[in-house]
Amino acid sequence: MIEIVSPSRCTACNICVSACPTNVFDKTPGAPPVIARPDDCQTCFMCELYCPEDALYVSPKAGGWQGISEDDLVAAGTLGSYRAAIGWTAGTAELRRVDTMHRVLKGG
Amino acid sequence: MGSASSPSSESHLDCDVLVLGGGPAGTWAALEAAKSGARVILADKGFCGTSGATAPSGTSVWYVPPDPERRHAAIVSREALGGHLADRAWSARVLDATYDGLNHLGERGYPFPLDEAGAPIRVSLQGPEYMRLMRKLVKGAGVRILDHSPALELLVDGGGAVAGARGIRRQQGDAWRVHAGAVVIATGGCAFLSRALGCTALTGDGHLMAAEAGADFSGMEFSNAYAIAAAFSSVTKTLFYKWATFTDAGGDEIPGAASNGGRSVIARHLQTGPVFARLDRADDAMRQSMRSAQPNFFLPFDRMGIDPFTQRFPVTLHLEGTVRGTGGLRIVDETCATGVPGLYAAGDAATRELICGGFTGGGSHNAAWAISSGRWAGRAAADHGRRAHTGAARQGAGTVGLRDAGARPFDPAEAARTVLAEVHPFERNYFRTEAGLGAALDRLDRQWEGLRAAAAADRDGVLRTREAAAMTAVARWMYRSALARTESRGMHRRMEHAGADPAQRHYLTSGGLDAVFVSRRPAPALATNGAEIAA
Ligand SMILES: Cc1cc2nc3c(=O)[nH]c(=O)nc-3n(C[C@H](O)[C@H](O)[C@H](O)COP(=O)(O)OP(=O)(O)OC[C@H]3O[C@@H](n4cnc5c(N)ncnc54)[C@H](O)[C@@H]3O)c2cc1C
Ligand code: SF4
Ligand code: SF4
Repeated sequence: MIEIVSPSRCTACNICVSACPTNVFDKTPGAPPVIARPDDCQTCFMCELYCPEDALYVSPKAGGWQGISEDDLVAAGTLGSYRAAIGWTAGTAELRRVDTMHRVLKGG
Repeated sequence: MGSASSPSSESHLDCDVLVLGGGPAGTWAALEAAKSGARVILADKGFCGTSGATAPSGTSVWYVPPDPERRHAAIVSREALGGHLADRAWSARVLDATYDGLNHLGERGYPFPLDEAGAPIRVSLQGPEYMRLMRKLVKGAGVRILDHSPALELLVDGGGAVAGARGIRRQQGDAWRVHAGAVVIATGGCAFLSRALGCTALTGDGHLMAAEAGADFSGMEFSNAYAIAAAFSSVTKTLFYKWATFTDAGGDEIPGAASNGGRSVIARHLQTGPVFARLDRADDAMRQSMRSAQPNFFLPFDRMGIDPFTQRFPVTLHLEGTVRGTGGLRIVDETCATGVPGLYAAGDAATRELICGGFTGGGSHNAAWAISSGRWAGRAAADHGRRAHTGAARQGAGTVGLRDAGARPFDPAEAARTVLAEVHPFERNYFRTEAGLGAALDRLDRQWEGLRAAAAADRDGVLRTREAAAMTAVARWMYRSALARTESRGMHRRMEHAGADPAQRHYLTSGGLDAVFVSRRPAPALATNGAEIAA
């Protein structure tokens, strides 16, 4: 479930407000969006992928928070880690072409 | 707070083809319709590109090169699992259209991985990448996208033909109304608000809207797909549990528990206590392949500090209803028409029995069907839509929550909870019995009567009201069909009727709102080498 909108990273571009498929966020004039309807969050991680500032953290717990702090996430390199893993950050683009599903399908 | 039909704050648009739903099926339909010159509008409940079952996950696709032997092997491989209800001619058409579609996607820039010889490998699509590209292609083709704009009801003309739809714009707080020559329903399956990845928007809205306009369904008994996930997580990927060892609370291996062919054992154990998994049967090379194949699968584990290959973690089964089940709108011909003039169905909203029978459409067939049926429906809707007589008077076909029936409005959250209590529990939906289904139907029928008698919802409550009504309706078609099939076939299992009954190798049509009906249609003739033997 969506847990953190980082006020220090967020530029209030409101991309996540549009991209969240379940309309969890609300715009606030000149400020980071607010998590207005957390119970509607489907834990799909899409907002993290669309946030250009890596300002969002989605807890992996469906329907629950971890009570984790932004400092801990930064220290662990977690903010933006999913975006990087699928090749959607500037330095990771070559990963977009990495998909070993064919090996999984053949294996075992 | 305006009433749901207040015309003052309604934006009015016209087009040839209106596509409802912007997942794979809807985007392929929109693309194909636009390609043939039609004016196309696509409305999605969420955001086209991130919403639906494909966007947040990874999908294997039924992509088989046109080598007759490989195609034949692909077609027959799931026939027995599907209870011999799949149709070989349809399977062949889907393989053709999918092959062509994926090659097209490669040309338009999808970054398929390359083999040693530098040739693209096209058996898998990464959801975020795929759907971001589909949105871009759809926009590039001139399609107008309405995001966060769920449809609430279809519009029909005086002759009963579907001629548009009406809905709300959640972020503007107002309404939309589109007059169209044809409508494609691509709203996905119905997963009953289970926590399965990407399934929250999939509440059967399109099913209800189509039924209100007169469409019916096929294969709704094949609606109890349950997928394995870590207990804390939304991410379902049953395939990876092929490498799992399943254990009970004490750490003892559970005999017979397996992702395939042993999932019912897991369900049985979950009824009485926790079940744990560890993916310890994967060797190092496979572990690496799994990681680079599905980053989304490992994300929850990494964030919980669990190594799924070496540590035990609790698992659960999420209901995926007709998303990985195969029932849906009955299509009457190769254009994916529904039988109601002007109305077409594609993707998970439509039945996938034609290529899957009663076995799950997950793991490649559904993705192929979304591409193929989307393209066919889009093309046919464009043909029909451009010719349709415009300017005819239209009225809303919707029922529950939209028209005042006197009684007080109902609480949609409460109504949704009632449905979920009937469809989620294993003892009702996984292990089906005559008594269990019958009692559930009594309660669901009563709920429907109550909903029917209620007043129209206001704009704030109308979406959840329609979702609750849709899930109630879908559950009734499901269970009425399940009751009629007094045998076990595909994913449908009846406790008092183990095994398939050769006399019931037919399709079940279902439908109706106040009175639900079920009737039989013949299945395609058996291929001589696929003869079914009595169980
Ligand atoms: C975790 C997971 C993994 C899967 N993996 C595979 C796989 O490996 N291979 C495979 O073949 N299949 C797989 N599937 C199934 C596959 O994802 C679906 O078959 C596919 O997404 C169907 O496409 P669709 O466009 O019909 O529906 P969806 O992708 O579900 O899209 C439906 C769209 O309709 C919209 N919508 C809903 N209601 C309304 C409304 N009232 N008005 C407007 N819009 C509405 C939704 O917002 C959504 O965008 C998987 C499913 C899940 C859940
Ligand atoms: S997308 Fe990221 S930067 Fe933009 S508003 Fe959302 S959280 Fe802030
Ligand atoms: S995880 Fe998904 S549903 Fe939740 S806020 Fe992010 S985009 Fe929205």
